[in-house]
Amino acid sequence: MTPPKLAHPPFTDEEYAKVEVLLGHPPNPIEQAIFAVLWSEHCSYKSSKRHLKRFSTEGDRVIQGPGENAGVVDIGDGWVAVFKIESHNHPSYIEPYQGAATGVGGIIRDILAMGARPVALLNSLRFGPLSQSKNRYLFEQVVAGISGYGNCIGVPTVGGEVYFNDCYANNPLVNVFCLGVAKREEIVRSAASGVGNPVLYVGAKTGRDGIHGATMASAALDPTTSTRHNVQVGDPFTAKLLIEGCLEIIQSGHVVGMQDMGAAGLAGAASEMAARGGCGMILDLSKIPLREAGMASEEIMISESQERMLIVVRKGGEAAVSEICQKWGLNRAVIGEVVEAPFLTVMDGEKEIVRISTAALTSEAPLYDRPIAAPRFHEIIQSLNVEALMLPKSYTDVLRQLLLSPTLTSKEWIYQQFDYMVQTNTVAGPGGGAALIRLKGSDRALAMTVDGNGTYCLLHPYQGGAITVAEAMRNLVCVGARPIALTDGLNFGNPEQPETMWQMALCIEGMADAAREFAIPVVSGNVSLYNESKGLGVYPTPIVGMVGLVDQIAQRMTPGFKRPGEPIVLLGETLEEIGGSAYLKVIHHQERGFPPILNFGREKAVCQLVLEAIRQGLLSSAQDCAEGGWMVALAEACLLSSPPMGGVVAVDAGDVRLDAYLFGESQSRVLVSVPAESLDRLKQLAHEAEVPFYHLGTTDGDRLQVRLTKTGETIIDLTIEEMREKYRSGLGIAMANKRGMT
Amino acid sequence: MRFGIVVFPGSNCDTDCNDLFSRVLRQETRFIWHGEKGVPSDVDVVVLPGGFSYGDYLRAGALARFSPVMTGVKAFAEAGGTVIGICNGFQVLVESGLLPGALRQNKSGQFICKSVFLRIENNQAAITAGYQKGQVISLPIAHGEGNYYIDPLACSRLIEKGQILFRYCTQEGALSDAANPNGSVEHIAGICNERRNVFGMMPHPERASDRLLGGTDGVRMFQSFLTTGGLRR
Repeated sequence: MTPPKLAHPPFTDEEYAKVEVLLGHPPNPIEQAIFAVLWSEHCSYKSSKRHLKRFSTEGDRVIQGPGENAGVVDIGDGWVAVFKIESHNHPSYIEPYQGAATGVGGIIRDILAMGARPVALLNSLRFGPLSQSKNRYLFEQVVAGISGYGNCIGVPTVGGEVYFNDCYANNPLVNVFCLGVAKREEIVRSAASGVGNPVLYVGAKTGRDGIHGATMASAALDPTTSTRHNVQVGDPFTAKLLIEGCLEIIQSGHVVGMQDMGAAGLAGAASEMAARGGCGMILDLSKIPLREAGMASEEIMISESQERMLIVVRKGGEAAVSEICQKWGLNRAVIGEVVEAPFLTVMDGEKEIVRISTAALTSEAPLYDRPIAAPRFHEIIQSLNVEALMLPKSYTDVLRQLLLSPTLTSKEWIYQQFDYMVQTNTVAGPGGGAALIRLKGSDRALAMTVDGNGTYCLLHPYQGGAITVAEAMRNLVCVGARPIALTDGLNFGNPEQPETMWQMALCIEGMADAAREFAIPVVSGNVSLYNESKGLGVYPTPIVGMVGLVDQIAQRMTPGFKRPGEPIVLLGETLEEIGGSAYLKVIHHQERGFPPILNFGREKAVCQLVLEAIRQGLLSSAQDCAEGGWMVALAEACLLSSPPMGGVVAVDAGDVRLDAYLFGESQSRVLVSVPAESLDRLKQLAHEAEVPFYHLGTTDGDRLQVRLTKTGETIIDLTIEEMREKYRSGLGIAMANKRGMT
Repeated sequence: MRFGIVVFPGSNCDTDCNDLFSRVLRQETRFIWHGEKGVPSDVDVVVLPGGFSYGDYLRAGALARFSPVMTGVKAFAEAGGTVIGICNGFQVLVESGLLPGALRQNKSGQFICKSVFLRIENNQAAITAGYQKGQVISLPIAHGEGNYYIDPLACSRLIEKGQILFRYCTQEGALSDAANPNGSVEHIAGICNERRNVFGMMPHPERASDRLLGGTDGVRMFQSFLTTGGLRR
């Protein structure tokens, strides 16, 4: 049987020439395959690296910043949190169930490779409008894939976010965040070391799935060719065995270094481990457990078959490690050893088939300073003639429509398919604000959130990037958590287009500036480029996964109202900011204008105020204002109240248009409810922090009513029951296609 | 009392159950690996926890019934020992023939994770003795195959012998299709065998064992069980 011929690796002429120089001869097929995956955008960050340097990666709690399988931060008492976000965008379009499932599997192994037990998953999803059947199919299958994999491995999916927009129709985004915890001294690095130490292969056998996955993920999607064989196939049962097996192997004390064989497969894991350790590695392909006969050497080297780990073990520890693998039913084989000379040498039995310097594959990979140019359409989409927008006839109807829109409506349809309770640590799961995971045996809890807003980033990449960080921070603060670190998931279009590079550079600048201002280090991240199809790129969509710490879990905060008769207060300033809002899109069908402006100082003041108020026990509830403005935040506070309760508020919009006042998305605002006796104290704190304080009304009854202060006219009046019905049915209706909506 | 928690390679609620029995209820526990041939003699109660036993790519629990440990669990049950199957454990017990009926894919075709209301149908069994008959409790469910089926004749026998322990219901205790999350026949959420020493349920009592996590209704299932002493073999 002749092995199938690999597609020509996507080198530029210059890159090909550089490979030739580094090797000293024209690359043979296996060398080409190895260079192609390691020099791919996914592995080398060749277009993004110089921009990523803007991120501030240091902080008192940071134990491991970017450059490893995941970031590590100190969470006290000798424990650390290990986390990262990763994308699986292209596979999820080609084969949505497996693409999303293996997206979960991939990030789980990154956390596991650091020696941490995965304890929480979150996801950030983007699809085209659900009015189109193909988008419904992709959405349904992606959710099913995450469900099928995450539920089986016993790691709770505790939160996430999803948006629907035309720009994602041919290139959905599937980003998965995973967090693990470990004892500080049990953290494992991925550097190989110790000449003569054996290299172990542990996990599933190697097959032909996912060949050139990393290369595919680094090129635009071509809808005319079949790339299904590039997608990996997941086996969550084996993943569960791999988690338990690897954690036991680490406990055995024999491990020197560990890395998962994910993107770029064995070639990637071996060369990166060797390069990090400043040594070399010799591998024997004939020792590798294979799923099928007749695989070509290059296929074995770059297969992205799932559920596999490469482990460097202290010499003499092989037998003990092998025994643990046997217990968990995992394939294992000693496939090579660590050598001094910094080369990746691949043997097939006695025959040497490849010898490449590890530096050539890693540090010598091309780096680009790609041209940057603002898109021509930029000024056009930033302009918005607010006067031309008709004021709504019924604000009640606006709220109804917003609560039904797939982007704002309850995500119960999604998260009900995820096991968010397994491990019995989920203090706050999906459906509220940030997720909270308790740390058994301590008073502390970890808060986490994923956030992104592609529309803001399209309209103003710098503001959009900065807001992404601020929004994540505000979400954490509203559950009473101090933010400690973040991971970035950068999703952009084709970096060879100067307009994409402009978007990426500015988004990163905005994120980096915000993170630095807020003193939140960036400890890990992922870059996904070429998110385009048929020449159309997705909106620039950076995602932030942020982690915070709650010192006293008894002091955690929740978004829903608690008691009737309590004052409702809006902290923060409402400006006439309607550009890029959900209101503008859902009601006026426009995505344009200037997004809200973030004032770093004000944001910090609001967040510190909320944390201090929670610490002093002044608040009953806290809800961040984001899409849909404070009006939607108020509706959510009613919907999440227990027992169910409404509220009566009176507003004076002042100089601001009423629709912008109610539904605009001014930043740095938090809606809180307060026991009456604490109102003055909160007001005093807000005054000291120079944070505007608006006593809007009172929690009460079974309706949400909004009146104008001046005229007394009721402009919004909805029963909680109707709101609940709308809010909970939005996604179900869209999936049943009774009404096509975006 | 010593609880023996069976661990299949794909079990993922084993440590959660252990936490409930050891930390919350302060009882002794012991894990029983799926390769062990018998139930250790110091075990008073065998618990089959939730998860995905051997991956459950086939019908859930269909492979687990052939595992070495199940031979021991069957013998333990036949000798009168108490066996409790939760979620995947219930599926394994049904596949093993220790409990009647079958668990099919949820009516929606989707995995469902949420808290549901359950009505206590019979409090004359060891695990329901702490509840009132007709009492409504809240426990989480998390499963893809929890749609209980039993043929009408066998079902009437279940009813007659009082083997239905829990039914899905509304907050007020009414039976309705809307309150039945998976399409189970007769709204059945949990049953026991005729001898009342083998119990199976789709809901997860171990997930309702801490006020911090939203409820403690699951604890009473075992508290009452401890006071009644269970059934020693």
